[in-house]
Amino acid sequence: MQWINTLVQGILLGGLYALYGTGLSLIFGVMRIVNLAHGDFIMLGAFMSLLVTMILGLPPLISLLIVVPVMFLVGFFLQRGILNTTIGKGLMPPLVITFGLSVIVQNVLQLGFSADSQGLDAGSLETASVTINEQLSIGIMPLITFLTAVGVLVALQIFFNRTKMGQAFRATSDDPATAELMGINSRQIYAIAMGIAFAIVAIAGVLLGIRTNFAPTDGPARLIFAFEAVIIGGLGSLWGTLAGGVILGLSQSIGAAINPAWFQLAGHVVTLVVLAVRPTGLFARTRDS
Amino acid sequence: MSFLSVDNINVFYNEFQALFGVSMSVEKGETVAIIGSNGAGKSTLMRTIAGGLIPTQGSIRYEGTDTAEKTAFEMNRLGIALVPEGRKIFPSLSVEENLKIGGYSGRTGQWTLEKIYEQFPILKERRSNGGTQLSGGQQQMVAIGRALMSNPDLILMDEVSLGLAPIIVNEIYTVVRQIAQTGTTVILVEQDVNRGLREADRFYCLLEGKVSLAGKPTEVDQDQVSKAYFGL
Repeated sequence: MQWINTLVQGILLGGLYALYGTGLSLIFGVMRIVNLAHGDFIMLGAFMSLLVTMILGLPPLISLLIVVPVMFLVGFFLQRGILNTTIGKGLMPPLVITFGLSVIVQNVLQLGFSADSQGLDAGSLETASVTINEQLSIGIMPLITFLTAVGVLVALQIFFNRTKMGQAFRATSDDPATAELMGINSRQIYAIAMGIAFAIVAIAGVLLGIRTNFAPTDGPARLIFAFEAVIIGGLGSLWGTLAGGVILGLSQSIGAAINPAWFQLAGHVVTLVVLAVRPTGLFARTRDS
Repeated sequence: MSFLSVDNINVFYNEFQALFGVSMSVEKGETVAIIGSNGAGKSTLMRTIAGGLIPTQGSIRYEGTDTAEKTAFEMNRLGIALVPEGRKIFPSLSVEENLKIGGYSGRTGQWTLEKIYEQFPILKERRSNGGTQLSGGQQQMVAIGRALMSNPDLILMDEVSLGLAPIIVNEIYTVVRQIAQTGTTVILVEQDVNRGLREADRFYCLLEGKVSLAGKPTEVDQDQVSKAYFGL
């Protein structure tokens, strides 16, 4: 029974990692940018929520109504103002810029909130759980996190497949120069893509903040989990990212059950094994072109 | 004032100059062919008119306004559609999505998805297929249909016959003629000189980035065309 508990916790934790990975994967998929500040923007989302809960006295989950749109705008203008200037200049310039942003975000957060660990207080929701039987109970927050991840992925799927703008996203991802010939303003598409990625990052940050304590310098560790979820699942596959997150969460939980020190190690080992055996990830979208 | 006038443009790819002082003009409703050998600058000229490349010198006027600085998506919204060389079908999109994305600008007119399917019934049959799973000829139909979906006033067709069987080429050109008959202005790039001259009201021949000959196909003889084409 102990094991079933471990497995369930691992799967639900995977939902959080899928949320980390989705934004990263979306940005890379649409504009081929690797965002090294991704983890720091997750922390920015968490701290923004902290600020909103402190000033307005709202519960953290309600603060999403403010944090998500604000983060969308941050992403939109970051892309439009800074990252769009690097389009077509290779992989390196955005890498350097986002590395710089990572340093800036960490330091600004430390200036504003000190280096101390903080937590988002969701009250009784944090400890609430559904009891399945005497040995197995599932926490409400991990469940909400997992279902949120599924909800975000379903929404993205509908957006990409059913809407005109979603099709423009896919066309731009395939071939930006030809997409422009269709009347698509690729720079506008990039800015919206970054905005959507930031909105997802904001959700991930708030759920992270409710789950555990966080500090301004936690970003890079989150970035690694995001990368691992994407690597395991395979680039360009939305549901692969969820599967990747779940596999990562399971590995960590199982590792920790064997030896508490193996929590992170087990996740890294599984990622390396996937990289060695299937470098494209387990569920990579392969399309003839 | 011409419908489209290109005046003395220079165009570069990075350091490499592809067009040297090229001028041309096109009247509304005309079909104009651009002929020339490989690397003569035909595709560059097409892409520049469509806004994909910005000339470093000279002007382009379309319907009376200067459009040299405009980008491709702005030109599409103004009514210029390019059928690009190599077709450039979006591999992630189905046939139907490829056609629909062509109408992204929201320009309305005679061309709708139904009209495209009427013109190319095979595409309706294969509409859920991936855009690049089709044969070369069918992909060319998608590329043309996609351009028509923006209801262009000027359609630029770059090497629409390249790599296709003669019978398919005839089929494609039947459609090109129908498009021209509806009043749409057409500029064709053709490597097949005879085909280009046969289909067009007027032609321009490019040689090493410059216009080497221009006129009506009926007014020039084979010898003149050969000289202009090969630079002999």
